[in-house]
Amino acid sequence: MRQQIQSTHEETPVAAGLVRPVLISAILFMLIAGLGYPLVTTGVSQLLFHRQAQGSIVAVNGVDVGSEVIGQWFTKSEYFHPRPSATTAQDPKDPSKTVDSPYNAANSGASNLAPTSKKLIDTVTSRVEAYRKENHLSSTESIPVDAVTASASGLDPDISVANARLQAKRVAIERGVSEQQVLALVDAHTREPQYGLLGYPRVNVLELNIALDKFAPRVSGK
Amino acid sequence: MITDLTQFTIFVLLFTAAVVPMGTWLSRTFTGQRHLKLERITYKILGIDPNEKMSWKRYGMVLLLSNAAMMGLGYILLRIQSLLPFDSLGRIAQTPDLAFNTAASFITNTNWQSYSGETSLSNFSQMAVITFLMMVSAVTGVAAAGGFIRGLSRKNMGDIGNYWVDFTRVLYRVLLPLSFAVALIYVWQGMPQTLHSATTVTTLEGAQQQLIVGPVASLESIKHLGTNGGGFYGMNAAHPYENPTPLTNFMHMLCMMLIPASLTYALGSMLVRRRQGWAFFGAFLIMFIGFLAIVYGSERAGNPLLAAAGVDQHYSAAQPGGNLEGKEMRFGSGQTSLFVAVTTADTTGSVNAMHDSLMPMGGFVPISQMMLNNVFGGVGVGLINLITFVILTVFLVGMMIGRTPEFFGKKIEAREMKLVMIAVFVHPLSILGFTAIASVLPATLQSLNNLGPHGFSEVLYAYTSGTANNGSAFAGLNANTPFFNTTIGYAMLIGRYLTLLPMLGVAGSLAAKKTIPEGAGTLSTSTPLFTCLLVFVVLVVGGLTFFPALALGPIAEQFLLAARHTF
Repeated sequence: MRQQIQSTHEETPVAAGLVRPVLISAILFMLIAGLGYPLVTTGVSQLLFHRQAQGSIVAVNGVDVGSEVIGQWFTKSEYFHPRPSATTAQDPKDPSKTVDSPYNAANSGASNLAPTSKKLIDTVTSRVEAYRKENHLSSTESIPVDAVTASASGLDPDISVANARLQAKRVAIERGVSEQQVLALVDAHTREPQYGLLGYPRVNVLELNIALDKFAPRVSGK
Repeated sequence: MITDLTQFTIFVLLFTAAVVPMGTWLSRTFTGQRHLKLERITYKILGIDPNEKMSWKRYGMVLLLSNAAMMGLGYILLRIQSLLPFDSLGRIAQTPDLAFNTAASFITNTNWQSYSGETSLSNFSQMAVITFLMMVSAVTGVAAAGGFIRGLSRKNMGDIGNYWVDFTRVLYRVLLPLSFAVALIYVWQGMPQTLHSATTVTTLEGAQQQLIVGPVASLESIKHLGTNGGGFYGMNAAHPYENPTPLTNFMHMLCMMLIPASLTYALGSMLVRRRQGWAFFGAFLIMFIGFLAIVYGSERAGNPLLAAAGVDQHYSAAQPGGNLEGKEMRFGSGQTSLFVAVTTADTTGSVNAMHDSLMPMGGFVPISQMMLNNVFGGVGVGLINLITFVILTVFLVGMMIGRTPEFFGKKIEAREMKLVMIAVFVHPLSILGFTAIASVLPATLQSLNNLGPHGFSEVLYAYTSGTANNGSAFAGLNANTPFFNTTIGYAMLIGRYLTLLPMLGVAGSLAAKKTIPEGAGTLSTSTPLFTCLLVFVVLVVGGLTFFPALALGPIAEQFLLAARHTF
C-alpha cells in the first residue's frame, strides 16, 4: 500500500516546473516584505508618532541637543556623569585603527571583556578610584556597580539612583547650590519602574542635566 | 529579588495565556479550506497550482529552491548596495565573503552578523535585504512546521500539503499583520521609523553627536516574532533605539516566545491530541525554567573580583546591582537574565546585553540551550527538533520494554530512525567539528578578545550559534575574517537544512503509513511520565555529546574565577 502511494508521486520529477515560481517568489516577496511592509509602517508611524519615529530628539532653546533615549558623554564636573562607555571611532590619523570615543552614537559598542579578564578588573579598579576622588568620597566607600562598568550599547542613557545621589554633592558644589536642592532634583527626575512593574528605578542623565541647567545655570567663566 | 521574580512570573503567565489563541490562529492558517482573494492573486502571479498535493520531497525541494533564490537576491543586493537609494551616508557594499555570510545567515533564520549595522548597511539594505530575509526565513520555518504536523496527522497519504500555500498564508495571515501591529507599539515607545539615515545634534557640552536612525521598528518586530535576531545596530537589542524601554524589552521577549510556544498547541489541535500539545509545552517549559534559574542566579550574584575592588553589586531600592558590565540600566540583571534565557531558548539570537561579559555560568546557559536546540526552539524548527527527540525517546523506551516503537499510532521503523539519526548527528558534528578545526588554527588566536577558557568559549559559542541558527555571539570574537565568515556560513546552512529536510522526510514517511490501534503495550506520549523521559533523553544525549566541550570552556572558567585567577 505504502509503496504504491509513493511510487505514483515519484513519477513527476520533484523539481519540475519550479524555475518560474521560484524566481518570481524571490522578487515578489522582496517587494512585499522588504519594501511594502517597512514603507507602509514608516508612513503610518510618521503620521501617528512623528517625534519618536524621527528618533525622539530633544531640543533646548530651539537647538537639538540629543535624543531622549540615547546617552551622551558628560565630562564637566558641574554635570551628572553617565556610565562608562566602550564605544570607539576611527582614528583620524590612521583610518585602519580605532580610538576611544565614549558615547559615539554612530558606532555602538561594548568592552566584551570576560569576568575573568585582567583588563576588566584593572579598568574597573581605576574607575572606582577616580569616582571616589572626583566625588569627594572616602577610600573605603563602595561604588554602585553601574558607575564603574561599561554598558552593552555604550549609549546607556540611564544611571542608578544610588549613582546619581553620590554625584549630587560634587554637582552642588560646582553649581553653588545646596546638596539638598540637587538631591530633590534627582528625586524629581527618577523614573519609577514602567507601570510599577517593569525594570528598576533609574535616572535619565540628559533629562537631569537639562533640568539642572534650568534650575541652577552654570557659574560663568566655567 | 521579588520584583524580578514577579516579572518572570508575569512573563510565563502571559505567554502561556497567548498559546491558545495564537495556536488556534496558526492551526486555522494551516488547515483552512478557503483561499483569500489576495492569496489567489499571488498564486496567479507565481504561476502555481494551489491545489497541487506535494510529497515531502517535492515540498522540501520547493522550500530549498525558493530559499536559494531569495538568498541569491539578498546577496546581489548587498553587493550592489552603493548603487541603491536611501543612503545619505554612502556606506560601501559588503565584500563577497561577508555578503555570503550575511545572506546565508538571514535566510537560515540565524542572523549571525559579522558586520555592524550602522556602519555597514544602508536603509535600503536594512529593508530590502535584512527585513525581507527575516520575514521569509521565519515564514519558511512556520510553513515547514505546518507541513510537518500535517504529515504526522495523516494516514495512508502520499502528500504533506502545498508549500506555496503554507508559505503565502503564514506571510499574509500571521507574520505581516502581527509585525505591523507590534512595530507601531515600538515606535510609540521610542523606536525610530524613518527613511532618514542620521541626525547630528550638539550635546549640552558642545560636542557633536551623530545619531543613526532608519526603519528600525519594522525590522525589530519581525526580528523577534520570527525568532531572527539580527540587529539594525551593532549592539542589537541593547541599543536604546532598538529597545528604548523595559516595556519594549518585555514585548521583545513575548514576541520571541509567541510562535514557538503556540506551535505545540497548534500541533495538539491539528492532531486532535490536545494533551499531546501540552505535554510538549511542559517539556519546553521545564528546561526553560531550569536554565533561567542558573543564569539569573549567577548574574545577580555579580562578579567576586569586582566586589574585591570596591564595587557595590547588591540589590537595593536605589540600584539593581548584579554583574552590570555589558548590561543596560533599564533592564538590570533581572530582565537581562530573562532575555538571555529566552533568546537562546527560542534560537532568536537577539541580545540586550553582551553575552561575552556574562558570568561563566551565565554564559554556560546560552551555549547549552543552543546545543540542545529545542528548549522551545526557533519558529517552526524548534518543534521539529523536539519531535526528533520525541521519536528518539519513543525508540529508546521501545527498546527497553521490548515493543515496536510507535508514535501517534504509526510504527517507527528503520527508515525513520535513520533519518532521525541524521538530524540528531549533524548538529553536534557541525558544532564540535568546526570548533575543533578553528581551535587548532594559529590565526584564531588573533580573533580572540579574551584569553584562557573564555577564549575557547568564544569560538565554541560562534559555531554553536551558527549551527543552531541562533545568531547571538560572544561578540568579542572578531569573526569578520574569510575563515570565520565562510565556515560559520556553512555551519548555518548545515544546521538549518540538514536537520529540517530529514525531519520532513520522517513526516512524509509517517504520513504514508497506516495507523495501528493503540493497545495495552502502547507507550503514551502525552503523560507527565513521558514528558519527564523526554527531558531526560534531551539532557542526557545533549550532555554526553557536549559536556567535554563545556568543561573546557565555561565550567573551567567558573572554577578559575572561584580561585581568583585572571587572564
